[in-house]
Amino acid sequence: MSTFYFIAFLSIFFSILVISAKNPVHSILYLILTFFTFTIHYILLNAQFLAIVNFIVYMGAILVLFLYTLMLINLNKESEPVKPFMVKFAGVFGGGILIVALVASLKSIGISDPVILKNPDLGLVKNLGKVLFNEFLLPFEVSSVLLLSAMVGAVLLATKDPKAA
Amino acid sequence: MGLADIVIKFVLIVIIFAISLVVAMYSTYAERKVAAFFQDRIGPNRAGPWGLLQPLADGGKMFLKEEIIPTNATPFLFIVGPSLAILTACIGSAVIPWGQKLTIGSHVVDLQVTDINVGVLYIFGVVSLGVYGVMIGGWASNNKYSLLGAIRAASQNISYEISMGLSIIALLMLTGTLSLREIAEQQHGFWANGWFTWNVFRQPLGFLIFIVCAFAETNRSPFDLPECETELVGGYHTEYSSMKLGFYLFAEYINMFISSAVMATLYFGGYNFPFMHHLGLSENLVTILGVVFLFAKIFAFIFFFMWVRWTIPRFRYDQLMDLGWKVLIPLAIANIILTGLITTFLK
Repeated sequence: MSTFYFIAFLSIFFSILVISAKNPVHSILYLILTFFTFTIHYILLNAQFLAIVNFIVYMGAILVLFLYTLMLINLNKESEPVKPFMVKFAGVFGGGILIVALVASLKSIGISDPVILKNPDLGLVKNLGKVLFNEFLLPFEVSSVLLLSAMVGAVLLATKDPKAA
Repeated sequence: MGLADIVIKFVLIVIIFAISLVVAMYSTYAERKVAAFFQDRIGPNRAGPWGLLQPLADGGKMFLKEEIIPTNATPFLFIVGPSLAILTACIGSAVIPWGQKLTIGSHVVDLQVTDINVGVLYIFGVVSLGVYGVMIGGWASNNKYSLLGAIRAASQNISYEISMGLSIIALLMLTGTLSLREIAEQQHGFWANGWFTWNVFRQPLGFLIFIVCAFAETNRSPFDLPECETELVGGYHTEYSSMKLGFYLFAEYINMFISSAVMATLYFGGYNFPFMHHLGLSENLVTILGVVFLFAKIFAFIFFFMWVRWTIPRFRYDQLMDLGWKVLIPLAIANIILTGLITTFLK
């Protein structure tokens, strides 16, 4: 339990650093650390497959792309967008209202009973695969087609228009 | 898990760590000797007999050189880059089965640090993490050439990771497990049921794709575009000196060692060798021979890495991307379909 609290503290700490870091590249690096703590959370929940997939997909691929894009952007002080006072004020005001709403909603909920998993080994590859390919076969296949169509769409957008060329 | 088991695991980890470092050290020596052989030269022969102390001399030089951090660099990330590179290179060895069980007195020692049931994916994750060392170091140097090298490394790694993953999927369709230990066990011996047991004979195309991707992931020639000295000075490590540069170079050799070990385990039977249980040897002897055979396979792969480096010239960058996206990915997908058809109709 103490491990959980320590890792949870780290997740929140790093995610605050993500939004407070001045340099965008530093903030991506903190985001990488945040995702790494998520991986540890999954391992603590005995969901090894999810942990390693989170590690490969988010840390290994998506954030590399983030970092890659940010490195190519011109990040000089001069090119930084200057926001007028009213926009800043509106941002602070909106954020404050959101915090009030969140605190109010926290106050009204009771602490629920902890959910106890019937099968603690559910997160292992074998069990997960059985569940995915038996109980949830249709949603699983449909979501994979969704991802494929997104990929095809991206390729279509990237290829040159034959008429324009 | 008793105290003895913990001590044994600890000793095993230290031994594997030491072996990776020594192999990486002598790979630099071997590389120069192999290059000399291919170019009809003699190679290093001054430090010690046949130049055998050359890696130690190089290491000493790296440690004693002046440490330079450029004024415009980001100091913390400049140090994090090489550290991350060497860290990710070293942690890959944790899931590789180096041999079968060894019985010492009453203790049974498993010659693998940990047998997690997602071993293949773990290797894959570590490989994908390896690019951060290069990217952070290249960006923190605050130098155009370093940044270009870092960006090349990132796009190259992502492109080749896809075909590497697809080639592994075809292999996993045959093995039905993600554990490296079980994959090694399935390739027991050399011949069974009228066909070779080693996966390279079941997945020849997959192996070809995998080895090309392994070259690209370790940034070895002909895919060493991130440090292409004809265009980018020194690539991502242009600004580095002393041991921080040493770490980058060292990480490359450790990566080469680990990826050779992975290829030997996934496709070339790991610690298995022909007739391993027909010679009438004791279990421990078979295990030790298995470790020797695994290392022989690994060294053969490392030699192959060097052979290619000193034979084939570097790609142009667009050719590299063409090969990754237009040749390897369609081939890997075709390989998956072919594997599916063959396993369905032949069994």
